[in-house]
Amino acid sequence: MELKEKLISSFMAFEEKVDVGTELHDLRTSALKNFETKGFPTKKEEAWKYTSLNAVLKNDFSLFPKKENNIEVSDVKKYFLNDLDTYKVIFIDGVFSTFLSSTTHDGLDVCLMSSALTKPKYKMIIDTYFNQVASKEESLTSLNTAFAYEGAYINIPKSKVVEKPIEIIYFSTGKEDALMVQPRNLVIVGENAHVQIVERHQSLNENPVLTNSVTEIFAQKRAIVDYYKVQNDEQTANLIDNTYISQKQESRVSVHTFSFGGNLTRNNLNFYHHGERIDSTLKGITIIGDKQHVDHYTLVNHEQPNCESHQNYKTILDGQSTGVFNGKIYVEKEAQKTDAFQQNNNILLSDKATINAKPQLEIFADDVKCSHGCTIGQLDENAMFYMQQRGIPKKEAKALLMYAFTSEVTSSIKIPELKAKIAKIIATKLKVNMGFDL
Amino acid sequence: MLTIKNLHASVEDKEILRGINLEVKAGEVHAIMGPNGAGKSTLSSIIAGNETYEVTDGEIILDGEDISELAPEERAHKGVFLSFQYPVEIPGVSVTNFIKTAINESRKANGQEEMPANEMLKLIREKSELLEMDRKFLSRSLNEGFSGGEKKRNEIFQMAMLNPKLAILDETDSGLDIDALRIVANGVNKLKSKDNAVVVITHYQRLLDYIVPDFVHVLMDGKIIKSGGADLALELEEKGYDWLKS
Repeated sequence: MELKEKLISSFMAFEEKVDVGTELHDLRTSALKNFETKGFPTKKEEAWKYTSLNAVLKNDFSLFPKKENNIEVSDVKKYFLNDLDTYKVIFIDGVFSTFLSSTTHDGLDVCLMSSALTKPKYKMIIDTYFNQVASKEESLTSLNTAFAYEGAYINIPKSKVVEKPIEIIYFSTGKEDALMVQPRNLVIVGENAHVQIVERHQSLNENPVLTNSVTEIFAQKRAIVDYYKVQNDEQTANLIDNTYISQKQESRVSVHTFSFGGNLTRNNLNFYHHGERIDSTLKGITIIGDKQHVDHYTLVNHEQPNCESHQNYKTILDGQSTGVFNGKIYVEKEAQKTDAFQQNNNILLSDKATINAKPQLEIFADDVKCSHGCTIGQLDENAMFYMQQRGIPKKEAKALLMYAFTSEVTSSIKIPELKAKIAKIIATKLKVNMGFDL
Repeated sequence: MLTIKNLHASVEDKEILRGINLEVKAGEVHAIMGPNGAGKSTLSSIIAGNETYEVTDGEIILDGEDISELAPEERAHKGVFLSFQYPVEIPGVSVTNFIKTAINESRKANGQEEMPANEMLKLIREKSELLEMDRKFLSRSLNEGFSGGEKKRNEIFQMAMLNPKLAILDETDSGLDIDALRIVANGVNKLKSKDNAVVVITHYQRLLDYIVPDFVHVLMDGKIIKSGGADLALELEEKGYDWLKS
């Protein structure tokens, strides 16, 4: 049976398992209908022109893991932010792990989506926010909505500055031959509140995984949200990340996406402005090789005047890897004095690597500052010779140059431990033993 | 220390060096002068191992070993230093981090431990003072937004840190005002010893007022056509190069 049919036919069984009210049931049913009509996206659609899911969908994915799987802390410790006290919401094969997690209800909610969806005390919040910014048209988001049950639920009350970062990690044990998971995260950040979140999807062996994740983030007035996505998975893991962000006036939201691993990764990152003087930052580093594929599909919807958006994506491609950057900036008629900036720099290390870069600016206001720049090149040979002349061997010189190339993105990581971790992942990825201590 | 024998080199089939012979002993300062396009920068690049050029004939011998097949970093590890005419800007790498990496990679290659952090800091302080460099300068991205003079000063700072056996200064005087020239020349003079050697490549005599050479060579059309003492530089300053053309 094809995956689409399998998903549709398992819907009733899924809904019987989860205890939800009629509103959610209706919402799920119509989402499933949308998915049923549209199916998985194909390359015929403009938005999926450069990314094909065909090969991935051929796997016979299990939709629900058969049993609870346990893992030892020692096996997964390396994926946490070491030496740092954090809140943790950890899932194993889509199931919440009490043992590995560190949640809270003390002054803020860092807990489970399944509780929020089923417990009466959260009903009002769920009614207000759940599925409000996520697309009702996009088929994969609808598919996630239809099966939305587990994930992280984060609610930061007004004026709360959360001192500890929050880590959301989805582990796949590989105990199933192939597993599809659909996490659903909801993040609500109150007025003047501030939070830092790190999200990661990690397979623990090489059995194929397909993750179709949806995250909704609501930033209220003057809220500050720093969100980091660490994608350094096994080369048999596939990730479709759909993130929808709704910003109220004077809020500042940044999303950093670090794509180093996985077989196929698609990041749909959407910002919607609902207020003035909003600041949005979208940054990314992609370093891949072999036959890896990473597709960044971004949208910033400028709806109101005096808002800013800053996009900066750096890509380094080796082997036969493929990168895609499609950055859409939409400036509505009312959104005067918009300052929208987009930068996308790419380095190709091999003749067989491909980058498809497409800036897409649609501007309906007449007094705006919008700029975009895109470069595709190789490593600067003069710089290589210069560094080698100073005694830095070729491989290390190359690595240092590539790290330097990404520095506009790494420099704005606000959690030092994360910054160190990213530097280490980059060093490993580039097969050098260097600290890059800048 | 350095012996160059019958060196021929070309780039894209165009012959640029046509049989260079040069002998530089420890403790000596050599100046290589010549008009634009004579092959001066090519010679310095080739000694340092730039792979853009193809050595078609001849040998480059450093302390008895032919280094002409070695990678640039291997030559650097053996004590060859080239001060670039146009130092490369590397955004995102600080001056300090770059020099630390360079020193430790050289030490690693020579089977030594990494330099302890406090020793490194002390050395950085000492050498940056020698070149009259501002502290803030050291945390800036390498050469990014540096003025011409700052770039050259940074080159000599790196030379001071790495303490090379053979230093080649390629047009180090270009882009320097007189104060910077004095500081840079003073730096080079302080680093000179009986165990190392300096090859100064220059268009003008100006730098040689400060770094006095033991030998002056004239490079024209890919060959050294005349060699002499420090007076030769003065003569060239006065008469130009045309009189040497046969």
